[in-house]
Amino acid sequence: MRPLDEQETTVVFEKLHKFTGNNLKNIVENPSHEGTEPNPGRYCFRLHKNKVYYVSDSLVKRATNVARSNLVSLGTCIGKFTHGGSFHLTVQSLGLLSPNAKHKVWLKPTSEMSFLYGNHVLKGGLGRITENIVPGDGVVVYSMSDVPLGFGIAAKSTQDCRKLDPNGIVVLHQSDIGEYLRMEDEL
Amino acid sequence: MAATKFNKKKVVKRDDPSSKRKKKDELFTPKRSKEEEDDSDLSDALAEEEVDNGLIDSDEEGSGSGSEDSSDGDDPLAHDFLQGSDEDEENDSGSVSSSDSDETDIEDKSRIIDEKRAREEKDAADEMQLNIKDESDEFRLPTKEELEEESLRPPDLSSLQRRIREIVRVLSNFKALRQEGATRKDYVEQLKKDIGSYYGYNEFLIGVLVEMFPVVELMELIEAFEKPRPICLRTNTLKTRRRDLADVLINRGVNLDPLSKWSKVGLVVYDSQVPIGATPEYMAGFYMLQGASSFLPVMALAPQEKERIVDMAAAPGGKTTYIAALMKNSGMIFANEIKAQRLKSLTANLHRMGVTNTVVCNYDGKELPKVLGMNTADRVLLDAPCSGSGVVSKDESVKTSKSLEEIQKCAELQKNEAIVDYALRKRDVKLVPCGLDFGRPGFIRFREKRFHPSLEKTRRFYPHVHNMDGFFVAKLKKMSNKIPSAKSSESLNEAVEEDDDDTKKVGNEKNDGECLHPQLNDGGKGKKGSQNHVVGNGKESKPTVERSKKRKFPSREEISRAREEKRQALRVKKHGSKKG
Repeated sequence: MRPLDEQETTVVFEKLHKFTGNNLKNIVENPSHEGTEPNPGRYCFRLHKNKVYYVSDSLVKRATNVARSNLVSLGTCIGKFTHGGSFHLTVQSLGLLSPNAKHKVWLKPTSEMSFLYGNHVLKGGLGRITENIVPGDGVVVYSMSDVPLGFGIAAKSTQDCRKLDPNGIVVLHQSDIGEYLRMEDEL
Repeated sequence: MAATKFNKKKVVKRDDPSSKRKKKDELFTPKRSKEEEDDSDLSDALAEEEVDNGLIDSDEEGSGSGSEDSSDGDDPLAHDFLQGSDEDEENDSGSVSSSDSDETDIEDKSRIIDEKRAREEKDAADEMQLNIKDESDEFRLPTKEELEEESLRPPDLSSLQRRIREIVRVLSNFKALRQEGATRKDYVEQLKKDIGSYYGYNEFLIGVLVEMFPVVELMELIEAFEKPRPICLRTNTLKTRRRDLADVLINRGVNLDPLSKWSKVGLVVYDSQVPIGATPEYMAGFYMLQGASSFLPVMALAPQEKERIVDMAAAPGGKTTYIAALMKNSGMIFANEIKAQRLKSLTANLHRMGVTNTVVCNYDGKELPKVLGMNTADRVLLDAPCSGSGVVSKDESVKTSKSLEEIQKCAELQKNEAIVDYALRKRDVKLVPCGLDFGRPGFIRFREKRFHPSLEKTRRFYPHVHNMDGFFVAKLKKMSNKIPSAKSSESLNEAVEEDDDDTKKVGNEKNDGECLHPQLNDGGKGKKGSQNHVVGNGKESKPTVERSKKRKFPSREEISRAREEKRQALRVKKHGSKKG
């Protein structure tokens, strides 16, 4: 377990910025409520076995006791570095992204399950969409009852969506909560 | 006495049709007046007696008199009625075919027929009574030959079941119902064998169960083992509320109810049109599927916010996430799991449920105090792997696979108390009430064993009483680190209890390392036990909830002072060596 170096930090922040925009500031500066200390600390990012964890300061302090080989996870895992050095957000980061998301889409109940099986979001399944989405933005996907289901990358801008045919892809699937069941072992 | 009763009945029965017949008769033969008929009745009776003496062969007479003997004063009356009825019958037929002069003859015949019938009926009744007696009052144990014969044939389930029921009945009122010369032991042995073959338990397990419960309760327990427990889910209060969750799930076609009143987060699922483990709500971490019994240790642990908790055997995370929810994600939790392949599900569940205050590590529980340092935890939850004898309904193989040595290796049924008792004697801890106001108190005495009286504060939960998997909960409070002096004089006969050492070791786990070392040597067996048994939280698992108050230990200042001294000493040493 170690802090991210400068290059890694920029990669991770760029990725997060795609989804949260200026809310990235919240993620970094939020006071943490975990830990036993009476005054709240901060959250920090830690790298452990190629995975990036978003975790409270006080937890990190305690976790230093645990040997590297025996430490499995701490706080929230938000993503991992591939061998090629690029950074992928994983589904666990949803808890972090969804409160701070800048761009959102809501799915009709009928297309929820389709998305949870790993399919892209089609125009036909789209319930609502926020304004000013530009292709390439990170988008968090919700059900109509505001349950976060996953996230992806916008394929079309909000304007283009309006005149898209029902089978056109609006959001490219990246990750969804169905992965907890589908690929528990890879998380 | 029975005979008279029967006769009475007959009288009543016969009463009706005869009177009706009479009326009929009157209709058919209007010329005869009522008086005449009465007269003729009387005369018939007289004539009958004469004929009885004279004409009927001895056989019938004997039997007839016999029946009369056995009956009381009611009988003549009965006879009267019978005759009346019969005579009427005859008259019915006679009025068509025969004349008045033949009357006596016909009456004779009718009487003979009538008596025969009465006798037959009585015999039948007697026989029936005998049969009933044979089956119920005098249930006999099968003899050896019968058993041998039975063993050759394939088992007859229905007769087995009947025999089990009979034995249970006899045992429940042994004094009155027992068979002459049969001891209670014979009955119990036979019962064990029958239950074993009927339900498919092995001899050892059934033996232990028989020792633990009275027979009637034992049957309830075994029946309860056969039924699956209801599916139970726990609302994740970090993400939603129970009412909201219930609404959503009901809309999905799930039939559910709140769990009993002791839990505010539990829901029971009766049936569901969708797979309950794959709804979007499940994946979003709104609820966790877990047995009602796994709520209990956490509720007993009663974690508070901003505390440090250690969960010794965490996977698959049901209890850990419950702890986190109770703490509202504050404080911190060390979730430890020894088995590497179970870590995946543990971390996945933690993340799914949105738990952020947890550090997951992969250690043997015995090493934890070394890793985490002494006096670092406020509360410890240990849900140790167990014999799984409480979860027979989940895993059928438990019935047959648990042999004596296997069960002894880990926690044996009555061992729960034994372990806690051991901890009480060997460490400076005391039992505190679990804070669960239901469940049965633990055993203070079991067969030949006697335990510490405070063990009454532990709680046992049974499938047949509480409709959940069997469970045992004990809550310990650590008073200090010191070990009572008896430690070194542990005698050999306590070896069995030491098999289960890891429980109590873990209990004291955040004591100083020193106290652990002697135990680590003998802990090999205990460790093996925990690796062998994946079935985590069954009845006889021993989620020994250990709690220790930090304040009892040397304060932080003292510790830091001690460290400072150590550092000082090191510095001096270094200095010295440099100089040298």
